[in-house]
Amino acid sequence: MKRPITLSVNGTSRTVDVEPRALLAHVLRDDLNLTGTHIGCDTSQCGACTVHLDGRAVKSCTVLAVQAEGMAIRTIEGMASNGNHHALQTAFWEKHGLQCGFCTPGVIMTAADLLASNPSPSEAEIRHAIEGNYCRCTGYQNIVAAIQSAATALRSAARA
Amino acid sequence: MATLFGSGIKRREDPRLITGTGLFTDDVKLPGLTYAVFLRSPYAHAKITKIDVSAAKSAPCVVAVFTGADVKDKLIPVPCAWNIPGSDLKIPAHPLLAYDKVRYAGDGVALVIGETRAAARDAIDLIDVDYEPLKAVVDPEKATQAGAPLLHDEVANNIAFTWVVSGGDAEAAFRDAPVTVSQRIVQQRLLPTAMECRAAVASYNQGTGQLTLWSTSQNPHIHRFLCSVMLQMPEHKVRVISPDVGGGFGGKIAVYADEVLACYAAKMTGRPVKWTEDRSENYKVTTHGRDHVQYVEMCGTKDGTITGLRTRVYAGLGAYASTAAPGVPTILHGLMYSGAYMIPNIHGTVYGVYTTTAPVDAYRGAGRPEATYLIERLVDLFSREIGLDVVDVRRKNLIPKAKMPYTVATGITYDSGDYHTALDKALGIVNYKQFRQDQVKARQHGKFLGIGVVSYTEICGLGPSQVAGAVGFGGGLYESAIVRVYPTGVVRVYSGTRPHGQGLETTFAQIVADEFGIPIENVEIVAGDTESTPQGWGTYGSRSTAVGGSAIKLAALKVKEKAKKLAAHLLEANEADLEWKDGKFSVKGSPQQGKSFADLALMANVGWNMPAGMEPALEASSFFDPTNFVFPFGTHISIVEVEPDTGEVRLLRYVAVDDCGPHINPMIVEGQIHGGIVQGIGEALYERAVYSDDGQLVTGTLMDYAIPRASQLPQIESHYTYTPSPVNPLGVKGIGEAGTIGSAACIVSAVCDALASFGIKHIDKPLTPSRVWAAIQQAKGGVR
Repeated sequence: MKRPITLSVNGTSRTVDVEPRALLAHVLRDDLNLTGTHIGCDTSQCGACTVHLDGRAVKSCTVLAVQAEGMAIRTIEGMASNGNHHALQTAFWEKHGLQCGFCTPGVIMTAADLLASNPSPSEAEIRHAIEGNYCRCTGYQNIVAAIQSAATALRSAARA
Repeated sequence: MATLFGSGIKRREDPRLITGTGLFTDDVKLPGLTYAVFLRSPYAHAKITKIDVSAAKSAPCVVAVFTGADVKDKLIPVPCAWNIPGSDLKIPAHPLLAYDKVRYAGDGVALVIGETRAAARDAIDLIDVDYEPLKAVVDPEKATQAGAPLLHDEVANNIAFTWVVSGGDAEAAFRDAPVTVSQRIVQQRLLPTAMECRAAVASYNQGTGQLTLWSTSQNPHIHRFLCSVMLQMPEHKVRVISPDVGGGFGGKIAVYADEVLACYAAKMTGRPVKWTEDRSENYKVTTHGRDHVQYVEMCGTKDGTITGLRTRVYAGLGAYASTAAPGVPTILHGLMYSGAYMIPNIHGTVYGVYTTTAPVDAYRGAGRPEATYLIERLVDLFSREIGLDVVDVRRKNLIPKAKMPYTVATGITYDSGDYHTALDKALGIVNYKQFRQDQVKARQHGKFLGIGVVSYTEICGLGPSQVAGAVGFGGGLYESAIVRVYPTGVVRVYSGTRPHGQGLETTFAQIVADEFGIPIENVEIVAGDTESTPQGWGTYGSRSTAVGGSAIKLAALKVKEKAKKLAAHLLEANEADLEWKDGKFSVKGSPQQGKSFADLALMANVGWNMPAGMEPALEASSFFDPTNFVFPFGTHISIVEVEPDTGEVRLLRYVAVDDCGPHINPMIVEGQIHGGIVQGIGEALYERAVYSDDGQLVTGTLMDYAIPRASQLPQIESHYTYTPSPVNPLGVKGIGEAGTIGSAACIVSAVCDALASFGIKHIDKPLTPSRVWAAIQQAKGGVR
């Protein structure tokens, strides 16, 4: 039996009828048409489906959509503002932090959470923070470089 | 205009991918879409005695249910497309859905089409199947032994083929050699693990009879061809679209039953059908890689000259022969037994073996990592046997630059190479001599450091079509391009080959923009849709830039040639007097009188004033077939520390010197190397697909199958030498697989070097702490 839930998604209130068993990841993709959130596994390992729930990075495949009722969700589609890429998006582009791009939205959402709590992470801290995001293409080296670069950009933007 | 060839510009693919606006197959939505879910066998080997789908058919929101009995007379079985010659290859029928017998856990048994994914999934549980379990066999060597359960009645001993490669006189070489070393090597089964699982969206237009399939494909034209065969539809009524694809690594080459059944269901129900694999299903059914049991030996002289190499290889094929499977452990493996060395006498026997496991096919490197690994392990063992340094033995046997092009004993000819320079460069970067001294000191302080040195070469840039035919590959290996110039001087390029993460939209655009002297923004690369693109043969075997990029270059040159004739006509000059400079054709000495590419694009497209006999418009196509494969090479060196009390391996340093000829986009090249090496590190240290004896995939999810994580890796130090290939107009060699080909052997070599004082010469990968610890205990004479 479906029931309506209301979510704030990328700043817009959305009401959608969902089955109680529906995962947030599926509702975002199938019902809200936010297909930038990807699904790469079924055991909450890969992190491709990472979104922000009330500001914290979560794997949206571990959240039932009904659990997110009333919460604020941010997805990769909500990262750019006023047509400008988020610093992480810019850095991933500049540092070749992606190849096939399938894991990228999830990695960016995880990295955004990291930089919100730790604006100057060390390389080891970055590598630890993205342990829950698998990438099979890049070997992570340029992902780490991109996150470092974004951290620098965000720090200088904050000072300005 | 600055040249773009050699420039590490940002990728044009990225803006859509970093904003979540790419289009992957599962993102495709169509009106009236239905969803497919497969019932798969829980048994590795069993007879099916009953299937009852009546409850599923009448379940809510179920559109249709199909079983093997429903489709076996309607669809051609899943084909194998690499009929290797000179072997006794047996390819038993591979039904799209099993109807009498299942042969691996995951074999498709039924298909439910539902109004929603959940409805289809629910209905799967309502299907009643009676199985009569049979014995499983998962090890390719054991499967050939007397008494092993037989998968296919017509395949004795489960041996699909016996393939032999031979050059020189290996028997005499081994008989006469003063030194022989041998080793049994298990090259474990691996799971390719592209982050995007497979998916398909099929739509059939009842009015036109046109089928459209969106598919996670590395080779949409091959899938168009094979789908048309299996569905018995004319090929021109089948359109395959490979949109953004989330990695392939070989797993998206094969034609599978699943996508074809989605097409069939779309046709039968009149509704579009979407099927999306989940990861557990992906691990059960999408092709696996490697799975060799190898008996290998090398012989030579006491001064370090290698004189012979012999192998006997049991290559697991899984339950059925997948699309390219027979070619992987043979043509792509055995022909590379000389590696980077002069080995005059080679003999290899490869048995392709059916086991009750998922089909095995190409996985990044496909046959060449398995060859490089055994060769490099043997060079290490041989060096230790004669008491010489592993580097000195390599240097002595590497094929010298002066001998290129060089024909090895297996009969293939390497295009170009400078192996010694790459070796010396890598040794210099790590300061090898200094390391050996540091290693001794560290050992005195109880630290076990090791160094691994690997000089690899590999065959890629597949390849001449004539050779493809000669080795039984069921297709061509040329590549294609159409370059179409619009009246405003912008260009669309239609590429036959289809990237899936390699950045080729950028690389290809660089080639074209350079040729025409136009901004790269004025070039669009179109690939992946068989409706618009010319016949291509896919992205695998590190071939797309060497072959596809060359086709694009040649098509662009044809366009430019025509533009030059038009320019001469318009300038009332002799063509011979024209020069191409600053993006214009102009008469030598009168640069102000030139015709730019945009001028010529307009004039050609309006056709107002063409030279006599010249057709209007500016467009050309090219089908480039190379004269040979390309052979990238390099030296990789890793440094590890092993903790003997726990068996833990720490990778301290990884230095790669790779040579893939000139780089069109160095940033992209380096990215390919990073990713390739890390997959090899995964193979060396973490990854192993494990089947239980009764044929259950124990490592069936990402919780159990250990691909590398960011925290486990050091910074990779990438360096290069640049040796052009003479076999294509760009001079480039492939780089998609080279990292993987060199790296697994490099890490294992380093670990065995660290543990040399225990007398340990070889440990089978992956070198998990338990395996390393057990090897140390055994070497110490303790319990294993």
